[in-house]
Amino acid sequence: MLEAFEILFTASFWVAAIRIASPLIFATMGELICERAGVLNLGIEGIMAVGAFAGWMTVYSGGDLWTGVAIAALAGALFGLLHGALTVPLGLSQHVVGIGITLLATSLTYFTYRLALPEVTSPPKIVPFQPLAIPLLSDIPLIGPALFNQTPLTYLAFLTVAVVAWVLYRTPLGLAVRAAGENPAAVEAQGISVTAVRMGAVMVGSALMAVGGAFLTMSAFNSFFFEMINGRGWICIALVVFGSWRPGKALLGAVLFAAFDAYQVRLQQLTGGAVPYQLFLMMPFVLSIAALVVMSRRASYPKALMIPYRKGER
Amino acid sequence: MRLEPKPAPSLVVTLAYPVGAVAATFVIAGLLVLAAGASPFAVFAQVVAGAAGSRFAVLETLTRATPLIFTGLAVAVAFRARLWNIGAEAQLYAGGLATVVLGTGALPLPAPVLIPLIMLAAMAAGAALLAGPAILKTRFGVDEVVTTLLLNFIMILFVSMLLEGVLKDPMGMGWPQSQRVVADAQLMKLVPRSRLHLGFVIALVAAVAVWVIMKKTALGYEMRAVGHNAEAARFAGIPVNRVLMKTALLSGGLAALAGFSEVAGLKGNLTLDLSPGFGYTGIVVAMLAMLNPLGVVAAAIFVAGIFVGADAMSRTAGVPSYIAQVMVATALLTMVVAIMLTRFRIRWR
Repeated sequence: MLEAFEILFTASFWVAAIRIASPLIFATMGELICERAGVLNLGIEGIMAVGAFAGWMTVYSGGDLWTGVAIAALAGALFGLLHGALTVPLGLSQHVVGIGITLLATSLTYFTYRLALPEVTSPPKIVPFQPLAIPLLSDIPLIGPALFNQTPLTYLAFLTVAVVAWVLYRTPLGLAVRAAGENPAAVEAQGISVTAVRMGAVMVGSALMAVGGAFLTMSAFNSFFFEMINGRGWICIALVVFGSWRPGKALLGAVLFAAFDAYQVRLQQLTGGAVPYQLFLMMPFVLSIAALVVMSRRASYPKALMIPYRKGER
Repeated sequence: MRLEPKPAPSLVVTLAYPVGAVAATFVIAGLLVLAAGASPFAVFAQVVAGAAGSRFAVLETLTRATPLIFTGLAVAVAFRARLWNIGAEAQLYAGGLATVVLGTGALPLPAPVLIPLIMLAAMAAGAALLAGPAILKTRFGVDEVVTTLLLNFIMILFVSMLLEGVLKDPMGMGWPQSQRVVADAQLMKLVPRSRLHLGFVIALVAAVAVWVIMKKTALGYEMRAVGHNAEAARFAGIPVNRVLMKTALLSGGLAALAGFSEVAGLKGNLTLDLSPGFGYTGIVVAMLAMLNPLGVVAAAIFVAGIFVGADAMSRTAGVPSYIAQVMVATALLTMVVAIMLTRFRIRWR
C-alpha cells in the first residue's frame, strides 16, 4: 500500500507523465482550435497516424529531425484542408467526414508504409530527439527532471499551449476564431470570411495533431508501427471537453490524464499480475468517458459547434 | 461559392450519384496504384477477378459481405435517426461474446431452439452496449460519437481479459481464444465445400425486416422525423429521447448479429481478430447505400468484393492490400459529397 503511494515521489514517474502528456497536449490543442472555430475534427486519430508516419519516414530517409516535424505538420495541414473543404464550404456532416478522414488517413499511411518497406517485419528505428537538460532548473528535485530535462518537442508542446492561449484571447485573429465558433454571423458582419477563419483553424489544428503523432515516433517509440495511435486521438477529444474548450484547463487535463496513465503502468508492475492487465489498460478510456459525463453538464461548448455556416441563412 | 437547394431528382438520377462516387474512388485509387508502380487497369482487373471471377471467389465475397450487412444495417438505422453509433465494432464483439458464453455447451438444447436463443442473447448484449451511450446522450448530453468510439477500445480489452481468463480454451495451446461452439449452435453451410453459411440468409432477412420497420411502421417514421429535425419532431409530439433509445437498441442488436454470425457460422470460436474493422466499414457500407436497408446488401457485397479482390490481387501484383481500405475510405468521402449534390447545386460567383 505504502509502495503504491511512494510511486508519486519518484522522479521517473513524473518524467514519464510529462512525456506521455506531450503528444496529447499537441493534439488536444489542435482539436481545441478546430472546435473553437466551430468544427468538430474527428479526423484526429487518422491525422495523428499520418504525422507519426511522415515525421518518422522523413528521418528514416535521411532527413533532419526538425524537418521531420515540419513535414508531419504539413501532411497534417493537408488532411485538414481536405476536412475543411468538405465540412466548411460544402457543409457536410462533421461526424461522417471526420470518421472518413480518419479511415482515409490511417489506411493511406499503412499503404504508404507497406509500399516504402515491403519486406520489413520488425519496424526500423531512428535516432530520436534527445533530452535537453536546462541548466540549474533541471537540478530541482522531482519536478526538475520532469519539466526541465525533456526532449525539445515536449518544451514545444508547452510553448504551443501558451501561444494558442495568447492568440485565442489576446489577438484579433483569436477573437475571429472564437466568434466563428460562437456567432459566425457576427464575424461575417465584420467583413471577415467565416469560411476562411474556419478553414485556417482546421488546417492549423490538424497540423498540431500531426505533430502530436510525430512525437510518438520521434520522441517516444523511435519507430513506426500499425495501430500505434491506439485511441489517443479520441482521448484528446474528451480532453477538450474536460478542459471546457480552454487551453490552460485542457493542458491540466492532459497532464492529469498522463499522470494517471503513468501511474497505472507502475501499479500494474506492483500488483504483479494479480489483477488482469487489461483492467489497467481500460482505465484511460473509462476515465475519458467519466470525464465527459461529469463535464458535459456544465460545459459551455462553442454555440456554433458542428453547425455549418451558410451566408445569409439564419 | 454558395449552395442552393434543388428539387429532388428522379430515381435514375439519384442512383447515378453513387455510381459517380464509386467511379471517382477508382480514379483516385488508380493514381495510388500508379504511384506503386503498377498498371491500374491490370490491378483492377485482378481485383475484379479475385472478387467475382470464379465460383469460389463469389462465395468468398458473399461470406465476407455477411458481417458487413449486419454492421451496415446497424449504422444505417442509427444514422437515419442521427444517432452517431461509431461503436458497431464493440457491439459486434458483444454479440460474439454472448454466442460463445451460451453456445459452448452451457445449454443442452437442440439446434432449432438453441440458435434463436443465442441470436436473441447476442442482440440483447449489443443493444445493452449501445444503450449506455444512448442514455448518456439523452440524459447528460454527452456526444455519443466519442463514447461509442472509446467503448470500442474498452470492449476489445474486456474480451481480451475474458479470453485469457474465464473463457480461455484449456485446449487452446495457450492462445487467447474461446472454446469452439457446439455442433447444435453452428450455422449450417449453404453451399457444400465453401465457407458461405446460413448467416448470409439471416442477414438478408434482417435487411428486409429493417426495410419494413423503416418504411412501414410508426417507429420508422418517428426515427426519420427525429433524424430530419429533432426540434420539429419534439414539437410535433414525438418522444424524441424514447425514439433514440429504441433506435439504439435496434442498432446495437443488429451489429451484435455480425459477431454472432461470424462465430456461429464461420470461425467457430471467439478470438481477438474476429473483426478486421467490420464495425467501422459498416459506416462506409451504410453511407454507400444512402442509409437504405436494401441498398446496404448491395453496398456490403460491393465493399466485400473490394476486400476479397484486393487480397487476391496483392498476392500477385505486389500492390499492398491496404489499397482496399484506402478505396473504402475514399468511397465514404466521395459518397457524402455525392449525396450532398443530389440535394444542392453549387453556384460559383
